[in-house]
Formats: sequence, structure tokens, C-alpha cells
Amino acid sequence: MSLLAVEQLDARHGLLKAVRNVDLRVAEGEILALVGANGAGKTTLLRTVAGAHRPASGRIMFDGRDVTALRAHQRVARGIALVPEGRRLFAGLTVEENLRVAGDAGRAGQWNIEALLQVFPMLKARLKTQASLLSGGEQQATSIGRAMMTNPRLLLLDEISLGLAPLVIDNLYRSLTALFSSGTALVIVEQNLNRVLGVATRICCMLEGRIVFERETKLATRQQITEAYFGLRQDTFRDARP
Amino acid sequence: MIWLNQIIQGTLLGGYYALIACGLSLMFGVMRIINLSHGDFAILGVFAVWLLVAQTGMSPFLALAAIIPFMALLGWALQHWVFERSLRAGPLVSLLATFGLAIVIENLLFEGFSADTRSLAPEIGDLAFDSWTLTDQIYVGHLAVLIFAVAVILLVGLQLFLKWTALGRAIRATSEDPDTAELVGVNSRAVYAVAAAISVATTAIAGTFLAMRATFDPYSGPAQLIFAFEAVVIGGVGSLWGTLVGGIILGVAQSLGAQIGPRGFLLTGHVVFLVVLAARLFLSGVDLRGALRRGLRGFAWSRSP
Repeated sequence: MSLLAVEQLDARHGLLKAVRNVDLRVAEGEILALVGANGAGKTTLLRTVAGAHRPASGRIMFDGRDVTALRAHQRVARGIALVPEGRRLFAGLTVEENLRVAGDAGRAGQWNIEALLQVFPMLKARLKTQASLLSGGEQQATSIGRAMMTNPRLLLLDEISLGLAPLVIDNLYRSLTALFSSGTALVIVEQNLNRVLGVATRICCMLEGRIVFERETKLATRQQITEAYFGLRQDTFRDARP
Repeated sequence: MIWLNQIIQGTLLGGYYALIACGLSLMFGVMRIINLSHGDFAILGVFAVWLLVAQTGMSPFLALAAIIPFMALLGWALQHWVFERSLRAGPLVSLLATFGLAIVIENLLFEGFSADTRSLAPEIGDLAFDSWTLTDQIYVGHLAVLIFAVAVILLVGLQLFLKWTALGRAIRATSEDPDTAELVGVNSRAVYAVAAAISVATTAIAGTFLAMRATFDPYSGPAQLIFAFEAVVIGGVGSLWGTLVGGIILGVAQSLGAQIGPRGFLLTGHVVFLVVLAARLFLSGVDLRGALRRGLRGFAWSRSP
């Protein structure tokens, strides 16, 4: 049984339909890459799953139960966490306080501040620093760490390499190997295909609010992904969906 | 010596202003609601205390301790049924809702208690007028010192609570970004309700001390709101230390003004408030002259057929 099952989901921003009739399943422990051009609806889809955005219609099932009506903090209690686009740290709080807020409010589990400092050793010296004074990479590490502190069963990562230097991104992804092998189900939104194909087991491509391509990473060719990404020969791939 | 005396008395008075302002500061800092009924809650609270004292003859301090939980509950309920709904409709609606609430409270109190002026001073015996003699010209009242001490303890206590407890961290996180706080598991509505409960509970303390050192009637609330608001703005919005400093600055300004002339008390306080406000706007880069010009043009525009 899938951990997450999104069924015929529609989400809007006013009149704009950002997510159209999306069906998506994520299995326990699976790592799913979600790619697509800007404005394809990836962020809205993640925010709707996390409870930060109300869907216009459709259903979100988590662990066999309907969570569509639950508010974001209730979904965190069930085990859904989102690393929001743009990090969204509590700027006036220290790094440690940012982590503790999530730790206090989230679930019990393997992740605590000590365990996180093993994953992100660069935060060790910064624990007492106000979050607004961190570098971009440190901010992103804090944001991911904050979501991990809630001990999610499903973690949604939205554009974690946005605005970071390539070296910093390398470092971040190296740190995250512990997360990738922890058995937490992940949905990763990422612009950099190479980066995400290296870790994901399955890839989904969104175009204009729809999922137009979905395949095991090892079966998908770069050519197919690129064509789905830019909307070339869409019809071919719609039939190819499992 | 007279001036030193005025500064000391003004500082102690500032303690009262900080006391009435801290709840307003907390509510604005956390929920971005300017609660225009804040002063009226203080008066509502003191009427409850007064009623309890009049019925049972107990000490006003005990009566206050008994009333505080009910005021906290009232704050929690208001958040749930009034503030939260109005906040969803935008900041102007919540401002109007609290304004309406103020009118309702004032007139309900008037209906129930008439316009009589009351005081709790007769209920606290010598504390109302006892004082320590510092020099032959400077006396400080026991009550004024007590109020100041309570204000400092309350503000320091709140600050420590916000800094070091899990709930305090959740309140600060929610005040910065309620949506993201929800995403890390914080129930933002519950946090708001706690902040509202604390805010309204503190008004009862301030109101009771007002009634001990002076008088109150059903319409005393708005004046208290203005002092609280001025203390918050002078001290900097959302900072509890700033609120204490703001209250003291306001109190000292008023006391010095009163020494200059009989009408100086209120006037000096308001002038200091306006000067600080203008300086803050100027320093934050707001184009004051442009805003004024646009405002006038907008006014002319709205009047033109």
C-alpha cells in the first residue's frame, strides 16, 4: 500500500489552475523526483500535500487515511513535513531554536539535535547564531534539519539547491546521504536533473499542472525526460504512464 | 530637587504604563492585531475585582488572583470567536472588530454599574497613601513602588517565558511566520489563543492597580488604551523590554510636563509620542512629506464629484 496517495487533485491560485487532476502515489521509503519547468505546479502540489494550500477538489490519503481536511500541523503529527521553497526560517530565532520549535511540535523518532549535527556538522558552531545571519547553505541545512526534527515518514523537499553555489550544493547533497538511506519517503523537487537522478528511484515530470511522465529512474532515458519537461510529444508519454 | 522628584515619580508611573502596555505589545507582536478594546478589558477586569471585593469583603489582591484565570479564559474565547475570524478578513476588519468590542464593553459596564466613579483605594488600607521618605522633599509611595516592581517582574517573566520555554519558542516562531510554524507542527491557532489569554489576563492586573492608585468608571478604558499604545510605540513594537522603557519615557515626560504647567501632563506625553513616531518613520525611510502630499491629494480626490 502506498504511504501517500494523491487522487484527482485540483489546486488553484484564484482563477489560475496550478494543479490539474493529479494522481500521485509514493511508497514507504521511496525517493521520488518531481521535475518540471517553472510554473508547472510542483510547489503548489507539495504545499497542498503538506496542508499549506487548500485543494479545490480531490483527495489526499496518507497511510490509508484521508488527510485532506487536516491542517498542516495535524499532518506533521501524522508524519508529513515540507522543506518550503526559499527556506522560510524563523529569522529572529537562533538555529537551535528553529530546530527545537520543530522538535517540540513534531513526532518522536530518530532525529534530534545531536543526530542532526552528525548530518550537518557545519551547524555545530552556529547553533546560537540568529538564523538571519547564516549563509545560504547553512540556512538551507537548517531548514532541512528543521523539517527532519519533526521525524517525518514523508519529507517533501522543495528546490533545496535554489540560489546556492554548486560547491555548496555538492556539500548539501553529501550531507543528505544519511537522510536518503534513513528509510524516510522523499519527494524531491529539483531543477538539476543530474543531481536528482543520482538519488531518486522514480521520476515524475509535471507540465502545466499535470503529471505527464512517470517512470522508474533506471528505465527513463534523459531524452524522454527532456521531452516531457518541455512538452514535446506529450501524447506519447501520457500513454506510457503505468 | 523638584525635577529629580518628578523623574522618580514619572519612572514609577511608567511602571504602570508598562503594565497596561505589555499585553497590547504581546498581542500586536504575535498576532498583528491592534486591540482597540485593550483598555476596556482592563476596566472590565477591575469591575469584576471590585464586585468580588464588594460582595465578599476580601482583599483586592486575592480578588485579582481569582479573576485572572477568568480573564485569561475570556481572552482565549475572544481569540477563538472574534479575533481569528476577523483576522481572516484582513487587518482592517480586526481593527474594527476590536473597536466594536470596546463600545460593547463600555456600554455593558455602564448599563450594569452606572457612570459612578469608583476606586479600590479604600480597600487596601495604608498601602494607598504610605510612603518612604528619601529626602525631605522626595517621597515615594509604597503602592507606586509595588506597581513598578510588579511591572518589571511581569515583563521579565514574560520575556523569560518567551525565550526559554517550548511554548514561548512556538509563540515567537508563529509571530514571525504562522504558515511556516504550521508546517513544522505548531498549532498556530492554539498559540494565538494562548497569547490572547496572556494579554487579556495582564489587563486585569493593570486595571486593578489603576483602581488602587486612582479612580475608574465604565468609560476609563480608552484613556488607558492611549497610554498603552504610546508606551508600545515609544518603546518599539513587539519588544517587551522596549515596552518597559517606553512606559518609563512616557511617565517621565508626563511628570516633567506637569511640573512645567498644569496642562503639561498629557500634552508632553503626546508630544514625546509624536516625536518618537515621526523619528521612527523618518529613520525607516518613509517619505513623510510625500505621504502627506499623497494623503492630501487622496482627500481632495475623494471629495471631488
